[in-house]
Amino acid sequence: MTLLKKFAYLIGLPALLIAIWWVSTLGTTNFFVPKPGVLADKLVTVWVGDRFVQDVVPSVTRLIIGVLLAILLGTVAGVLIGTTRWLRSLLEPMLEFFRAIPPPVLIPVLMLLIGINDQMKVAVIVSGCIWPVLLNTIEGVRAVDGTLSDSAKTFRIDGFNRLRYLVLPSASPQIMAGIRQCLSIGLILMVISEMFASSEGLGFTIVQFQRSFAIPEMWSGIVVLGLIGVTMSFLFQWTERRILGWYHGLREVEHAE
Amino acid sequence: MKTPQRLPVGPLLGLAGIVGFLLTWELIPRLGLVNPAFLPPASEVLGIFFSNLALGAFWAAVGHTMTGWALGLAISASAAVVLGLIIGSSTFLRRATNSTIEFLRPIPSVALIPLAVLLFGFNLESTLLLVVYASFWQVLIQMLYGVADVDPVASNTARSFRLSRFDRIRYVVWPTTLPYLMTGIRLAAAVALILAVTAGLIIGTPGLGNEIALAQSGGAVGQMYALVLTTGVLGILINLGMRFIERRTLSWHSSVRGEVVV
Repeated sequence: MTLLKKFAYLIGLPALLIAIWWVSTLGTTNFFVPKPGVLADKLVTVWVGDRFVQDVVPSVTRLIIGVLLAILLGTVAGVLIGTTRWLRSLLEPMLEFFRAIPPPVLIPVLMLLIGINDQMKVAVIVSGCIWPVLLNTIEGVRAVDGTLSDSAKTFRIDGFNRLRYLVLPSASPQIMAGIRQCLSIGLILMVISEMFASSEGLGFTIVQFQRSFAIPEMWSGIVVLGLIGVTMSFLFQWTERRILGWYHGLREVEHAE
Repeated sequence: MKTPQRLPVGPLLGLAGIVGFLLTWELIPRLGLVNPAFLPPASEVLGIFFSNLALGAFWAAVGHTMTGWALGLAISASAAVVLGLIIGSSTFLRRATNSTIEFLRPIPSVALIPLAVLLFGFNLESTLLLVVYASFWQVLIQMLYGVADVDPVASNTARSFRLSRFDRIRYVVWPTTLPYLMTGIRLAAAVALILAVTAGLIIGTPGLGNEIALAQSGGAVGQMYALVLTTGVLGILINLGMRFIERRTLSWHSSVRGEVVV
């Protein structure tokens, strides 16, 4: 496929959709649907500058800290639980239950226990994001190939080296699958924790716009959230390709036969 | 002689884990490690949880949440199945829609909360908007993977036997896609519950989420914990139900048949 064709596929449908949106809002003055031009204008005037530093940066910082903490705690605990059989049997039903609780309901709980501050918001993100990472890591660690595990034992590879060269690599596809789920949950929780109780941040600001009927501004906030989501998704895909390149290569070879 | 003894060890340990957790929870406020006003002992919360089961208002809230969940899941799943089959069976459409899907998918559905409030207020429609948007992508992506996984030999064979387009979908594409679809629906069911509860919590549409918010702002701490437990129980029930449906609909599939034998 030529580069031009690729580009056409990439840009074709979005361009078409925006064109339809543009044309259909030309004559109307629908209160709820802003014109694309106005929206683009608001996107720049509202979010570039002070507000970016005041609202977007703290939100994103909390999100990054929360997600990184969740990944760290989730993998460490997951490896520990996954490699210790009795610990796994002991904790598994509890963990399944905690995973089943919709994470946003923990916001009022953590508000009570921690108070309304930055730590609470980070704790909310961690408490929601940790489950997919934790449970996927446990699954991945459990599913280490038996032959490989036996070979490692024969060569007396144990302790840290076993973890570094056998357990973590073979669990990594599962761990990455968990991290992928955890990212979208993290973004959701970041927004909700700010909508529920806050005086700054993206979620708070968007709700403020909505309450004061600043509709184009509200839409521009939604677009900013979308952009953050898309950026995270691309960053993740890039990292996953770097980390799991060997795995995808292996899969391709296996499937090609 | 050891084998019959070893069998129940796993579940027993699991039970011990639950009991241990409840004991810890009971002791932390009793010993004053955390103020009991913020974390009531487990026995108190469980008491409220069980006495809730006798209340009509409690079941009404559960009903509201589950209506939003079920309707939203049904709408998004049917839309995703139809669109997935259409887009997935054409290379052109797959390529053309890829960038748009990848852009729309990561937009968190809670970003639509302000819009939902403006358009529908505190009604079921607000919940539905969030639930449908969030769970739609889970199913659609799985459908696209599933349709792409159809064996080219089977598909070409069907074509050379002149099966009609509908029959090809019915007998070739659908059986290949079904396991992917069920995975998608299972994931979507969990996400849909999260959003159905969140809508109550943030927007204030009737349901468990709203009850939690009310209990929290009214200082009914025990009730709040009991309701949080309830959402967890609902989540577990939905998971179990989905796994059951998955096993029934895919009983012919090797992944499930293998599971039963082992």
